[in-house]
Amino acid sequence: MEKSKETGLEQYHVQKTNKFLRTLIYIGLILWALIDLFPIYWMFTFSLKSNEEVYGMNVMGLPKEWLWSNYQKAMTTGNMPRYFLNSVIVTVVTIVISLVAALMATYAMTRIVWKGRTLMNSFFMLGITIPIHASIVPIFITLSKLHMTNSYWSLIIPYSAFSLAMAILICTGFMNDIPKDLDEAACIDGCGLWKTFMLIIVPLMKPALATISIYTFLQCWNELMFANVFISKEALKTLPVGIQALSGRHTTEWGPIGAALVIATFPTLLAYVFMSKSIQESFIAGAVKG
Amino acid sequence: MKNKTYRNVTVFLFLLPGLILFIGVLIAPIIMSVVYSLYDLRSISTQGMEFIGLGNYQELFTSGSISFWKALGNSLLLAALSVFIQLPLSLGLALMLGKGVKGERAFLSVYFLPVLISTVVIGQLWRKIYNPDYGILNAVLGLFGASNVMPTGGWLGNVSSALWCVFIPTLWQYVGYHMLLMYAGVRSVSPDLREAAKLDGATDAQVDRYIVIPCIKPILRVSVIFAVTGSLKSFDLIYVLTNGGPFHATEVPSTLMINMLFERNRYGMGSTIAVLMIALCFAFAIIISAVFKERDIYGKK
Repeated sequence: MEKSKETGLEQYHVQKTNKFLRTLIYIGLILWALIDLFPIYWMFTFSLKSNEEVYGMNVMGLPKEWLWSNYQKAMTTGNMPRYFLNSVIVTVVTIVISLVAALMATYAMTRIVWKGRTLMNSFFMLGITIPIHASIVPIFITLSKLHMTNSYWSLIIPYSAFSLAMAILICTGFMNDIPKDLDEAACIDGCGLWKTFMLIIVPLMKPALATISIYTFLQCWNELMFANVFISKEALKTLPVGIQALSGRHTTEWGPIGAALVIATFPTLLAYVFMSKSIQESFIAGAVKG
Repeated sequence: MKNKTYRNVTVFLFLLPGLILFIGVLIAPIIMSVVYSLYDLRSISTQGMEFIGLGNYQELFTSGSISFWKALGNSLLLAALSVFIQLPLSLGLALMLGKGVKGERAFLSVYFLPVLISTVVIGQLWRKIYNPDYGILNAVLGLFGASNVMPTGGWLGNVSSALWCVFIPTLWQYVGYHMLLMYAGVRSVSPDLREAAKLDGATDAQVDRYIVIPCIKPILRVSVIFAVTGSLKSFDLIYVLTNGGPFHATEVPSTLMINMLFERNRYGMGSTIAVLMIALCFAFAIIISAVFKERDIYGKK
């Protein structure tokens, strides 16, 4: 896009200011990139340092001695492995439930013709704007009455519900791209609606599943308010709540805390490295609709 | 006819899992929140709870022990800071990136990175940055010879600095989010349009001001709405950094709500705060949309 603008058609003085401006632009962009990266860099480095280094000998530089034992400490002294496992369980089950529910609902709303299907779609889209605060008290009271607080389900069910709208939104986009002829061909071949769904549509939705999974993963992995309110048992805490507890207990030793922070962030970074584009696209899609 | 019934039943079955989740966890609880906000509910047992009409609302607005106005003021201040500091910064970055610089994708990915990191991790990280004894902020200030500018009580412990210190990590985390939205908008502006303006002798700044920014107005509206409603709802970062303290200096409605629920067992009052927050979010979204529409009309004149 930019290349075409830099043809000889432009006037000389525009070119000249461009060069000056260009340098300014690069300075601005690099400056903000450094501001963005520095705290993250610092987190990585102090996770590998001893207290002596953190407390003054070597505050900002790379660790002189790479203390990988901080990571070992983070994994063994607290309940980090437990928190990590809990987060994985809650996140994976949530992803599965919201995927199944979203695929089925989207199929009914995009591939089957019936009155009110667009209305139903707008109804589900309400979920993108509704904040979780709106429902926390009634959900807490209901869960308490059912003695369901302090269970994985107390997080999985709300997380699935709150992920649903976004999942349906992404699904709808992908499903509309599948040619309708396929359904008709399947119908002629004697496939019913269920069979068409299972054998034709679901296998073609793989790229959508990846996008939805990653989006849902980010929401569940980082969620604090519900997890903080519904879970008080140590053995069931997810990473955000666990890290809160961990840092409360070890305020004096920075290395292991830093290591815990890095461990909690690692899956996110890994996902981002491989799927940065579809992650960014799903965030844009969610904002434009909501 | 039989075929139609079959189809309707199938549609219903396909929608069922989604509907159960959606109605059970989102729609019904919102209605219940509104109902609870009208009762004096002080335990999990909802039997025998006392209907007090708008009593909770009245107490919230007038009581000195519940610092609701302070919390609301703080979140509105955070909203104003986001709109007038964070969004211009995001817009600047988006416009610069949109000019087709080298390493565009790399910049984009770096800017968006903090958005994805858990707010708890970011909160804990910034607690260390602000640490009065060993924090990196004091170390950096020390390099510039300003080692004793830290207010008494520490960055997060001082009543007048705490709210700013809560805002800065928010800014740091979410500039990338708004930048991404605006960048998507900037990128969708037709290159022909830019080129035409340039041929007519417009400078880069004029192209941005008169072509690009008007084109991405719908996205700016979305960003302003998100920045304002996000500030009204903000919880995670404040909970981790200060939990509303010191002396309510960083109290926001959601920390107040959690405090009502778990420190004071006032579930009715907690619902009242929740209902007010949601109402305010919707009201602001509508007002902001209206403001942007009005601007459009004047723009066309």
